[in-house]
Amino acid sequence: MINLTIDNQQVAVEPGTSILEAAQKVGARIPTLCYLKDINVIGACRICLVEVQGAKTFIPSCVAPVAEGMVVRTNTPAVLKARKLVLELILSDHPMECLTCLRNQNCELQDLAKEFGITEVRFDGAKTEYPADDSSPAIVRDPRKCVLCRRCISVCTNVQTVQALCAVNRGFDTLISPAFNEKLADMECVQCGQCSLVCPTGAIVERDDTAKVWAALADPKKHVVVQTAPATRVQLGEALGAEPGSIFTGQMVAGLRRLGFDKVFDTDFTADLTILEEGNELLQRVTNGGTLPMITSCSPGWIKFCEHFYPDLLNHLSTCKSPQQMFGSLVKTYYAEKEGIDPEDIYCVSIMPCTAKKYECQRPEMNSSGYQDVDVVLTTRELGRMFIQAGLDAANLPEEEYDAPLGISTGAGEIFGASGGVMEAALRTVYEVVTGETLENIDFEVCRGISGVKEATVQVGDLPVKVAITNGLGNARKVLDKIRAGEADYHFIEVMCCPGGCIGGGGSPIPTDIDIRLKRIDATYTEDERMALRKSHENPAVKALYEEFLEKPLGHKSHELLHTKYTPRGVNK
Amino acid sequence: MKSLDELAKIKENRREALKIREGFPSATEKAHVMMCGGAGCISSKCLEVVDAMKEALSKNGIADQVQIILTGCMGPCDMGPVAIIYPDATFYRRLKPKDAGAIVEEHIMKGNKIPRLMYRAPGAKEPTPNVKDIDLFAKQKKIVLRNNFYIDPTSIEDYIANDGYAALGKALTKMQPEEIIEEVKKSGLRGRGGAGFSTGMKWAFTAAASGAPKYVVCNGDEGDPGAFMDRSVLEGDPHSVIEGMAICGRAIGAEQGYVYVRAEYPLAIERLDLALQKARENGLLGKDIFGSGFNFDIEIRIGAGAFVCGEETALLTSIEGRRGEPRPRPPFPANAGVWGKPTVLNNVETWANIPEIILKGADAYASVGTEKSKGTKVFALAGRINNTGIIEVPMGTTLREIVFEIGGGIPRKKAFKAVQTGGPSGGCIPAEHLDTPVDYDSLGALGAIMGSGGMIVLDEDTCMVDIAKFFLDFVVDESCGKCSPCRIGTKRMYEILDNISKGKGKEGDIELLEELALMIKATALCGLGQTAPNPVLSTIRYFRNEYEEHIRDQKCSCNVCELKE
Repeated sequence: MINLTIDNQQVAVEPGTSILEAAQKVGARIPTLCYLKDINVIGACRICLVEVQGAKTFIPSCVAPVAEGMVVRTNTPAVLKARKLVLELILSDHPMECLTCLRNQNCELQDLAKEFGITEVRFDGAKTEYPADDSSPAIVRDPRKCVLCRRCISVCTNVQTVQALCAVNRGFDTLISPAFNEKLADMECVQCGQCSLVCPTGAIVERDDTAKVWAALADPKKHVVVQTAPATRVQLGEALGAEPGSIFTGQMVAGLRRLGFDKVFDTDFTADLTILEEGNELLQRVTNGGTLPMITSCSPGWIKFCEHFYPDLLNHLSTCKSPQQMFGSLVKTYYAEKEGIDPEDIYCVSIMPCTAKKYECQRPEMNSSGYQDVDVVLTTRELGRMFIQAGLDAANLPEEEYDAPLGISTGAGEIFGASGGVMEAALRTVYEVVTGETLENIDFEVCRGISGVKEATVQVGDLPVKVAITNGLGNARKVLDKIRAGEADYHFIEVMCCPGGCIGGGGSPIPTDIDIRLKRIDATYTEDERMALRKSHENPAVKALYEEFLEKPLGHKSHELLHTKYTPRGVNK
Repeated sequence: MKSLDELAKIKENRREALKIREGFPSATEKAHVMMCGGAGCISSKCLEVVDAMKEALSKNGIADQVQIILTGCMGPCDMGPVAIIYPDATFYRRLKPKDAGAIVEEHIMKGNKIPRLMYRAPGAKEPTPNVKDIDLFAKQKKIVLRNNFYIDPTSIEDYIANDGYAALGKALTKMQPEEIIEEVKKSGLRGRGGAGFSTGMKWAFTAAASGAPKYVVCNGDEGDPGAFMDRSVLEGDPHSVIEGMAICGRAIGAEQGYVYVRAEYPLAIERLDLALQKARENGLLGKDIFGSGFNFDIEIRIGAGAFVCGEETALLTSIEGRRGEPRPRPPFPANAGVWGKPTVLNNVETWANIPEIILKGADAYASVGTEKSKGTKVFALAGRINNTGIIEVPMGTTLREIVFEIGGGIPRKKAFKAVQTGGPSGGCIPAEHLDTPVDYDSLGALGAIMGSGGMIVLDEDTCMVDIAKFFLDFVVDESCGKCSPCRIGTKRMYEILDNISKGKGKEGDIELLEELALMIKATALCGLGQTAPNPVLSTIRYFRNEYEEHIRDQKCSCNVCELKE
């Protein structure tokens, strides 16, 4: 252990601990801006400075390791003054458009300005002037609001291994951007939006599509339906001020009705459907010697990643569309027929924890119904704003049920929101379909949790099924490289683009950190346990769908409506 | 090269051929024309003089008896092109192609030296023919630039003839690694890149660090405006750097070195690359050097033109192929340098000192210089001074000696105002401190720094607000943009200075500049940012009245700033 003194208090910590972390142990909270635990520890912003006895300069506590006998002061007048001047400089290059910013009152820069008591910025020189990049359907970058903390670069480079963003130019002209000032839409950005989740300010935000939804809701000719992704019910509460881990399923349904949606449906329904299609696809591949391992295809950021970086492995992807897109094509065919509504009048809105879904719904393949299957995607953050704008006091709304039939679902569909959930749901079904036996314990604990790569072997009848589960694209890369090297003998792999799975998606409420992800995961399994049915193949609405419309899994209609193709994109194209 | 004997044989053979450069011509060697081939003289068209001379030699049928050798920088760039003619060591300056005929036909063939091409000391009636008698050179002491007058930088034999690679031979065959480090420590050598950290200590830390492999890196990313000490060494004596690095490799247990040179130094890169090839061909790099079992090789890495890559952590990051930006220290390169491995990083001039220390011993080396700053320092003299160019003087030489004796004083009878040392990280030292002996500590005490050795002389016509603005403009342009204080703070300082220089300054601006300057020094991430305010602070310290005059009276006494009407 290393012994040191922080603000006159003795503390002993493990070697390698930063001063920042050591200070927390003695109750000294040091403000930070660029720091993002485990992801971005670069000492760039100089907000977390402290005084260390004997040092010639102030020391950035986030990167400086403790040393034996170190004497640290975190809050002397000199330190506070230096931090304040650094912040004043950062603010002098900020547009100060707080009142019209999407991140108003959810902004770390604003918080710091308040905490430091900034009442004046004495410098009125040049400001960063770069045009916004709104080329992407998913996210919008406004470099004027950027504080160059580089969290976006770190999460994109180190966590997602996409490297869409980097620093270009230098000095005051430094700009965070795709290399060579490419537009986000024109390069390998997978639209996952993790950058928007870690941005401390409004420099990277989700594309706000709420106006389109308000307009559809106001249009009397439109039959406006909404589907809600599994993760949204364990996220929405946070966007409305509730504690992380709050479950807002019934309140969300009630609120959506009050906003004026004609039908409130659930993506959990098509998650169940996905299990039947994908499960059968897996069985077919295993039986007929198809390409293995098969990899899940629910996560559009992951799909785009594979298309860019592993185009040679695209035949490993399940051909199943994501649950969102299955929903879209069914709502404008099956549901339209059933209810006698002209699909042209149906406006399909998705609520997703995801920015890449905004991109996915605009892919040219996603028109199986003859129309754009899903018209618009809102992130959980955007839905939260709509609730607030409509004056919905979500916490006090009565809990309501989803509409039938596309709102009927099982716990298996619900757990799609957490890493390992798709695999667990598939195993629940595949086991019973293959063996004809009832699964005694349906909780596959080996699939759960947020470790980056999980592996398991599950005995299904005579076959030991070998599976792998990854979350975060950097972890996916590890498994994909094994496939490339011919070292992967898995049957089935679940890949979720975002760390922790969809509950940590790029459209989640801000902040989203590891602790918050864990709470949302807990809430997800609580929801699963609460459900009367917890196996996808037991979903009565899915059974009816096959009987009335699709006939059988992997049948002709399924092929047309529920399956898709991929595009080898490569890099630097 | 498997033994010291082999080296001795090369030396012996070559010395015989080079006797002419010690004053002894032979039947086959009538004259050696050492034409300065530094980038400065090349810019003043020395190659045209060489062509003319070759033509004159052929015309007179003595081309086979006279060698023309392009050397490294000889120093007095304002006199270029310059040349030394051996055997009589005559120094000629401001040569033109039309002078070639006279040099060949009069000097070389008849022994009649040409006074009009000779150097004339300020105030002297007669010119000084012999290079050794020229005051400007006589007051210097050459350790780093020991070979620049004597050798062909493209010839490894020339280097060996002047004791080249003898130090490496000694280190590999007669010394233990610890002894090498001890010798370097004892020499008192401090880093010539600017910070002045003990070189021996640095080596000792790296030797003791856990982790393998270890690396040896040479910083040749010289970027201070007007400074070209390192370029002169790389162009004029590249083997001295290679030899120094190899010695260090032995001392710390490294087998790979990198020389990081800026792309703006094509000639240095060319000569270094050639030297590396020659060293490999002669077995002085590669496997089992001198039969000692020691392996060492060096790669060149070319910088893309960022000043900040002279900062050690940015340089190491750039070597790895990433955007050259500094990272926080600790960890220091001694523990985590290139590729995260223990690394010694010294600058070109530091490396060039190493062979002398090992060959002649730490005591001999430490006998030159002051108590805490040993050896010599190379400076690049520029600005309002008669003799611009490169000089090398013992540590402790006073500013007055440098400016007025070696530098020949201020042109056009103007008054000396200040000397700016240390480039954009340095400061301006006014006339009252001219008798300061130049070493790391005395310059620091005056608010300047030794830096890498840039020295810009300013006369009475120089506006100090303008000078501060010039250096800050440079820093604003070269800031990498990673940390906020440097990225935004230097920009804001520049804007305030710009306002002052345009007559838009306000009361309180000087205080705001000082507040910003002190904060940036105390909070910036790397050495660039932490020293960037120095030119402003030192000019405010010594020339506050000029700032006040600009702000209060909207007046620039030097008529440099264009203030509003």
